[in-house]
Amino acid sequence: MVAITINGKVYNTNADPRTPLLWVLRDDLGLTGTKYGCGVAQCGACTVHIDGVANRSCQVPLNSVGRRKVTTIEGLAENGKMNKVQEAWLAQDVPQCGYCQSGMIMAATALLKTTPKPTDEDIDAAMTNICRCGTYQQIRAAIHEAAKG
Amino acid sequence: MTTQTALNRRTFLASAAAVSGGFSLGFGVPFGGAAAQTADVPEVNAWVVVKADDTVVIRIARSEMGQGTLTGLAQLVAEELECDWSKVTTEYPTPGQNLARGRVWKNYSTGGSRGIRESHDYVRQGGAAAREMLVQAAAKEWNVPAAECSAANSVITHKGSGKTTTYGKVAAAAAKIEPPKEVKLKDPKDWKIAGKGLKRLDTKDKLTGAQIYGIDLKLPGMLVATIRDTPVNGGKLKSFDAAKVEKMPGVKKVVQVENAVAVVANTFWQARTAINALPAEWDAGAGGKVSSDDITAMLAEGLTAENAFIGNRAGDAKSAIAGAVKKVEATYSYPYQHHVTMEPMNCTALWTADKCEIWGPTQNGEAALAAAAEASGHPVAKCDVHKTLLGGGFGRRGRSDYVRQAVLIAKQMPGTPIKLVWSREEDMTHCAYHPVTQCKLTAGLDASGKVVGMHMRISGQSILASLNPQGLQNGMDPVTFQGLNPGGAEGQFGYEIPNLLIDHAMRNPHVLAGFWRGVNLNHNAIYVECFIDEMAKAAGQDPLEFRLKMGKERHMAVLKAVAEKAGYGKAPAGHFHGLAQIMGFGSYVAACAEVSVSDQGQLKIHKIVAGTNCGHAVNPAQIERQIAGSFVYGLTAALYGEVTVKDGAIEQTNFDTYNMMRIDEMPKVECVIMPTNDFWGGVGEPTIAVAAPAVLNAIFAATGKRVRSLPVMNHDLRKA
Ligand code: FES
Ligand code: FES
Repeated sequence: MVAITINGKVYNTNADPRTPLLWVLRDDLGLTGTKYGCGVAQCGACTVHIDGVANRSCQVPLNSVGRRKVTTIEGLAENGKMNKVQEAWLAQDVPQCGYCQSGMIMAATALLKTTPKPTDEDIDAAMTNICRCGTYQQIRAAIHEAAKG
Repeated sequence: MTTQTALNRRTFLASAAAVSGGFSLGFGVPFGGAAAQTADVPEVNAWVVVKADDTVVIRIARSEMGQGTLTGLAQLVAEELECDWSKVTTEYPTPGQNLARGRVWKNYSTGGSRGIRESHDYVRQGGAAAREMLVQAAAKEWNVPAAECSAANSVITHKGSGKTTTYGKVAAAAAKIEPPKEVKLKDPKDWKIAGKGLKRLDTKDKLTGAQIYGIDLKLPGMLVATIRDTPVNGGKLKSFDAAKVEKMPGVKKVVQVENAVAVVANTFWQARTAINALPAEWDAGAGGKVSSDDITAMLAEGLTAENAFIGNRAGDAKSAIAGAVKKVEATYSYPYQHHVTMEPMNCTALWTADKCEIWGPTQNGEAALAAAAEASGHPVAKCDVHKTLLGGGFGRRGRSDYVRQAVLIAKQMPGTPIKLVWSREEDMTHCAYHPVTQCKLTAGLDASGKVVGMHMRISGQSILASLNPQGLQNGMDPVTFQGLNPGGAEGQFGYEIPNLLIDHAMRNPHVLAGFWRGVNLNHNAIYVECFIDEMAKAAGQDPLEFRLKMGKERHMAVLKAVAEKAGYGKAPAGHFHGLAQIMGFGSYVAACAEVSVSDQGQLKIHKIVAGTNCGHAVNPAQIERQIAGSFVYGLTAALYGEVTVKDGAIEQTNFDTYNMMRIDEMPKVECVIMPTNDFWGGVGEPTIAVAAPAVLNAIFAATGKRVRSLPVMNHDLRKA
């Protein structure tokens, strides 16, 4: 039995300790907002925050999480209110299929924490997630909008 | 333009019973709003349900996969319905319900950029008929003539008395009104909801993790399966050693699925761990002897072969070229490419002795239903499909191979819902890929540089031969000639050339070819539009001027518009422009790319101005997003897209070997949407085709290097 803290709540899971956090979230804990895209650290669809830092959860074994605090897309809203990145995403009508967007929003939220007013170059460097629908132009606009707000 | 359209009465028979009867879900599935069951409220007609609180539920038959068709179709229904847009929600009727009701929602297939252009008339009629029934119900209640009543924003008003009521209040009565025999559709110039750049209806859940995709489904008692299919298409499963993995944690069963083997477990990770450890052997068959070089040679032979299917012929191209003052010749090629939807293939199936249901992402609900029925061994009427929002489609999910697999696994575990999830590696290596082709172009110019004859010989794979051989016409694949047709509404060749021959030598390797967003237009546009630039160069003329001299009017209107907006010919120092245009999926599109290439050969695409005349622009804001997205799709293909074959198998297995464009490479995209409002064209695909040729032409302008094969990453772009 392994205990992990996700979105402020402690979960106990019987999953094999070597299981990637991504699959613990999705299959054991039913938190399916975090997505599987590649499993090899390439696409960022599985991005979560561990102690506030963006991590690709497909590369994080369950037993390496320890007492650190995990935040997933389901945990971004506070008291039912979306965070400013989510609000900017809504205002810019960003998602197409939406499958990559959990990871994009997690990556953008982490970026704004360390770099509250990112330049285009900052965005290029930090946002390495893949969107196959091609929402990059709207994502850039939404990050700038969130930085204003 | 006001259209009077006769309605098929049966189309609008209110039949709430049919909606709820016979096809119960079996489980309550958390689909969110998109598939909320509304069977408890009588529908006004097949397209419209109004609840007592004035919520309007619009039924959508086509699949939403990011392209925005769900919102666009709802706008068209809502426009005629005259309802309050802020109260609109949508739901998918199932393909089984469609069948049971005489295909009241018609075609479910979502491909070829046809979602709106092929259903705009009957969905608008559905909205208009519902409006009339609601108005009549109110008039009846007030005992006044319906003609004295009007509807706007879900409110019905009687002129004389000033009485008002809302749709929600009269919906139940409207359901009992005889549907009108014919309805008048609005003139698009009076549109208030359609034609506007409204936000999508399906955004919010995508921002919070609440949106459920097929891969996220969880049904009570469900198990998760993953699969390994023959590495070489056409190969046969020889053996596998289930005993080696059956005792692994969580594993429930190891099953054979035709020439594939699957592991069923409690979770995906358990299934995946076990299948990676499972010893299995295949007999590769004839395909196992084929590698990329063999395919290249096979196609090269077709470039000069005697026999070919003719797609477009005018005059006598060969003798005109032979007698011309100047001859231009070039050979191009286009590789296999993969769709790479962000959500890997998946499907959930439940098989019992008397029925079969599936849940999952499909671009073609009815084809998925047919596949499920065939695999299940049950009659179609005992099967149904519950569509989920697609995490990307791009043509890949028009096929139902993964549906068949899921049902064949579930059939071996009756009563247990099975969610089949492919790994990305399985997904990359088991696809029907963008077809591989080569093209030899030969042209003759006269002394003034005018093109007197052109021969375009395409050699390569046919999608229809691969996926749908019964669609061939005397062996010919007409889809091969997308954008090259002599005329027609779908995609005509854009230039007047007196002696023209466009033909296709079909060469079909063992690797499956399939419909890939943009389809054959993608390579055809590169071949034509890059070669036009080559001819302009030979003629000593500017590529824009050269095109305008022989281009057809509507094609050139869009091209001129992008050239003007981009400041063609006036690129900033060190930047260079390239142009391309084509007609496809019923629309006219063009692009002007602005690039620079460093001394080290580093390409940067700074900006692309894109033009489209899609006839009617139902939602300009979503069209802009489709255009920007089309460049990401088309440029990823142009820069990085190449699937190669070794010993019959696909070599690329994941994003680390099949690169994707990220945000840092995204050019600024500006759109010129210029609808002429006299036809209905597609939006999701055509622009992809101009991405690569515009950039390749700009690369030539920048470097003097003519890239004739994709992807660009294989070429050294340092100045010649
Ligand atoms: S699934 Fe983790 S980076 Fe792609
Ligand atoms: S919105 Fe579809 S992959 Fe990004």
